[in-house]
Amino acid sequence: MTKQDVSRHTMIAWVEDKPGVLNRVSGLFGRRNYNIESLTVGHSETPGVSRMTFVVRGTDRDIQQVRMQLYKLINVLDVRDLTDIPHVHYEMALIKVHAVNGTRAEIMRLVDIFRADIVDVDLTSVTIRLASKEDRINALLRLLQQFGIKEMVRSGRLAMVRGSAESELEEESSKSENGYAVEQFELN
Amino acid sequence: MGEMKTGGQIIWESLVQEGVDVVFGIPGGAILPTYDDLFKYNYPIHHVLATHEQGATHMADGYARATGKVGVAINTSGPGATNMITGLGTAYMDSTPIVAITGQVSTSLLGRDGFQESDVFGISMPVTKHNYLITNIRDLPMALKEAFYIARTGRPGPVLIDVCKDVQQASMEFEYPSELNLPGYHPHQNEPDPVAVRRAAQMLNEAKRPRIVAGQGISIAKAERELRQLAEIANIPVATSLLGIGTFPSTHPLSVSWGGMHGEAYTNFAMQECDVMFAIGARLDDRLTGAFETFAPKARIIHADLDPAEMNKNLTIDTPVVGDALLTMRELLTQIQPNEHPAWIEQIEEWKSDSNDRDILAQETDELIAPYIMRELWHATDEGNCTVVSDVGQHQMWEAQYFRHTKRRSLLTSGGLGTMGYALPAAIGAQIGHPEEEIWVVAGDGGFQMTMNELSTIVQERLPVKLAIINNGFLGMVRQWQDVFYNKRHSGTPLFNPDFVKIAEAYGIPARSVTRKEEVFDALREAQAFDGPFLLDFQVEEFTNVYPMVAPAKSNADMIRRPISESEGE
Repeated sequence: MTKQDVSRHTMIAWVEDKPGVLNRVSGLFGRRNYNIESLTVGHSETPGVSRMTFVVRGTDRDIQQVRMQLYKLINVLDVRDLTDIPHVHYEMALIKVHAVNGTRAEIMRLVDIFRADIVDVDLTSVTIRLASKEDRINALLRLLQQFGIKEMVRSGRLAMVRGSAESELEEESSKSENGYAVEQFELN
Repeated sequence: MGEMKTGGQIIWESLVQEGVDVVFGIPGGAILPTYDDLFKYNYPIHHVLATHEQGATHMADGYARATGKVGVAINTSGPGATNMITGLGTAYMDSTPIVAITGQVSTSLLGRDGFQESDVFGISMPVTKHNYLITNIRDLPMALKEAFYIARTGRPGPVLIDVCKDVQQASMEFEYPSELNLPGYHPHQNEPDPVAVRRAAQMLNEAKRPRIVAGQGISIAKAERELRQLAEIANIPVATSLLGIGTFPSTHPLSVSWGGMHGEAYTNFAMQECDVMFAIGARLDDRLTGAFETFAPKARIIHADLDPAEMNKNLTIDTPVVGDALLTMRELLTQIQPNEHPAWIEQIEEWKSDSNDRDILAQETDELIAPYIMRELWHATDEGNCTVVSDVGQHQMWEAQYFRHTKRRSLLTSGGLGTMGYALPAAIGAQIGHPEEEIWVVAGDGGFQMTMNELSTIVQERLPVKLAIINNGFLGMVRQWQDVFYNKRHSGTPLFNPDFVKIAEAYGIPARSVTRKEEVFDALREAQAFDGPFLLDFQVEEFTNVYPMVAPAKSNADMIRRPISESEGE
């Protein structure tokens, strides 16, 4: 890969749970023209600390900038790039599909194949929940389109490093105790 | 347990604890309780009343840049706060430590679009290092403590605290916090990586055509002496960025002036031809580098800066060194070897003499031109024993080219944001910070009119600020771009000016207009001799432009050089 190649990165930021912090992060992405595909925020295991998962497209240089600029925000505790560390990632979708007698059974068969769940049924619709990888959600959506999708919502990616790779995550920290090492700025 | 104090008292007592003895501001509805407490309890803090909140913010900025201390501006909500945004943006781009305090509507009215409400917390976010909205008095003491700490440590910058009116009126038992709680902010981890320093030292030791680019980071870290030692031991020519002017004496034999869009030709040649470039405490922005991909094409680059986000931001860096400039310099000095680069130094001298031959001052002209005035100002001030606060535009470039700065922090100017109207209010702050210093405002006629209302603040505070207007009847730098890139179509750039002498006199400031070269030195002397402020209106030749010039997004090697006679004067 050269430094000009654009790729997708899955990154995590731990932030203090303070007013305006989401505003600070999203504002930074906007004004520095970073290409964010998804951003998900919620509680972490530590009270007072929120965890953001975001997917960003960019060159090595862009990704380095995203990290360093984010890290400059006073309320950002740490930023790590999971892309090259073994990790699991999932996204959830809720899909409300047009369903009447005659199509409902076919929809339910697709739901079984995808190991999704039906969480609501009405006379003219069913609502499907699928927590999976993005491409599987895309595949189900494609198949459901023929029935008419009335409503859809997706969560954006959530990611977590595998238990076996936690030491790699530690090494990936944006900043060591002793400041910034020269290797942290190497561009491939 | 502390005593019961109001929010307003807490603000002033915290300022006193932080060593603040002067603030710049304008009162208004939402900050009234705090102003009332200043009056009632007679805190040992001098309040400088500005005429516009932008002015108050630039004053705090000028005070901070001149003294190295945190400048404080205090204003009301709504328009008072939005008027500060330009000042905050200026300070943010140039890393000036400011604490801005704004009143906000009461918490019960927040979000209801009441009179003089604006989302200052949101608006100021992109132009501050950090900011706060205080809706509960319990959060106020820690916010003040953190604001000062964040503003002055690490890479300095402005911090804003927006305080709701009812918070200023509420009371609590107050003790100024002694501990900070900033788990995401580690400004004291600022030692450079030893591996990076070793690599940098090796590159410099092995270089055949090395050069240094010194930025304002040197002056913030107070590393001027170490910079000079390094340059002299290793025999490395030093250029500065615009904001780095004053970090290395421009009269030193190793000085290569300052580089970039209007830098001297020899500076840019040396930049393009060097084999190792050591940039320290400089952002390497587009005005310095020209088109990024064409900058210093033969050089391996060492970039030392406190801010890791500056690494690889604009250029690809061979050796990034993240750390405090003083610590970095000290480490480098233990590893740098005495060296000589006679061929390289000789080459630079040759470029220098080429530039001197073409120098605008060597042109035969009877016209009054700004470069001449700037050189005379340098002579009149015992070769630069003063602080110049320049505005933004052609005069700013001429000042930087022809006034030879040798003193640290002797040039204050808005480099990053390029804020016209900066000079006059910033000079007020600088003069209040250094009452004995001779302070000169150098401003164009366009920029001067953007904040000339602050002349009344000069008079009110009895400040001996000297003012030099470089008056060419145009928004000169914009006109220059029209001359060069828009086929001389002067769209919107000719100015209708008032009589600046009469304007000054209306404020009670003596003034004089100068139209001929022969009068310049006497006029400067007259202004200096007067015990108080004095304004000089230099009515200069209209069409003179600044050279050399690098077109935007072009290589620094492609300069538009002199002579001036071919490109101007029609």
